Amino acid sequence: MRRAIIILALIAAQPLLADSNLPPAYWANRQLPDPAQEAKAQALMEELRCLVCQGQSIADSDAELAGDMRDLVRRRIAAGENPPAIRAWLVQRYGTWISYKPTGEPAAWPLWLAPIALLLVGAFLIRRRIRLKARD
Amino acid sequence: MSPAIRFAPLALLLVFIIALIWRLATPVDTNVPSKLEGKPVPTFDLPAAIPTKGALSTSDLATGRPHLVNIFASWCVPCIGEVKVLQDLKARGVVVEGIAVRDRPEDIAEFLARNGDPYERIGSDAQSRVQIALGSSGVPESFIVDGTGIIRYQHIGPIGAADVPMILRKVEQAR
Repeated sequence: MRRAIIILALIAAQPLLADSNLPPAYWANRQLPDPAQEAKAQALMEELRCLVCQGQSIADSDAELAGDMRDLVRRRIAAGENPPAIRAWLVQRYGTWISYKPTGEPAAWPLWLAPIALLLVGAFLIRRRIRLKARD
Repeated sequence: MSPAIRFAPLALLLVFIIALIWRLATPVDTNVPSKLEGKPVPTFDLPAAIPTKGALSTSDLATGRPHLVNIFASWCVPCIGEVKVLQDLKARGVVVEGIAVRDRPEDIAEFLARNGDPYERIGSDAQSRVQIALGSSGVPESFIVDGTGIIRYQHIGPIGAADVPMILRKVEQAR
């Protein structure tokens, strides 16, 4: 029984083999001493997409690459670089894919237009309702 | 209510189900290609990953001949199979350079001793900094860099035996 549990635990631990043996980067899980800088870094990290866990932001992801990207963001902010420049640097490499912040490019137009379209549909439905009631 | 409106929800449901089945049958490509193809290699200067081999920097790539830069790691399972193919490419005259991501010298030495060693030089990228600068999103990945230091091709995932003719052609084109 005990052996079976150990074997099962080892099988469950298999994903560990897919990680490196190095510790996380210095700023991966450590806040910047300056609260204003840390707030800037945090806001940016929440809008950057993890390359490994593709539905998560690098602020949420436990992937090693996400840790290394948090280190990169905090290091650059501590060095005085502003968040839009860091985002642009990453977009240059990975495309707009890397950023959760919607852009003005044509692919994002439905995203901007959908709320307006839905409001118009809602207004139309309400108008019909009122008219039908008035007729009763 | 007209029949058209009455059946609208059912029609919508059918469209939704068809969309779901279509997405399941043709999954999204989750690879994130680097946007640096056709652009110069970012400036970097990595220390040597193992004491017996040279370090790797941008100036080692713009030497007038094409290089295949392989991003790998000793903890990466698909990299084990790829080494054989890289050795084959080396035997056919391709210069293979390595970037070891998040790795320790002793682990790299063991990896090379066990699986083979196709690399001219290996740079150590302990915090994935050069990997991110290249727009690479995992291991293994390979970049073909031409003699002037321009990235000509990015290969995501391991280079398989079937990819060898294609890689040789790309390297030839980068000459």
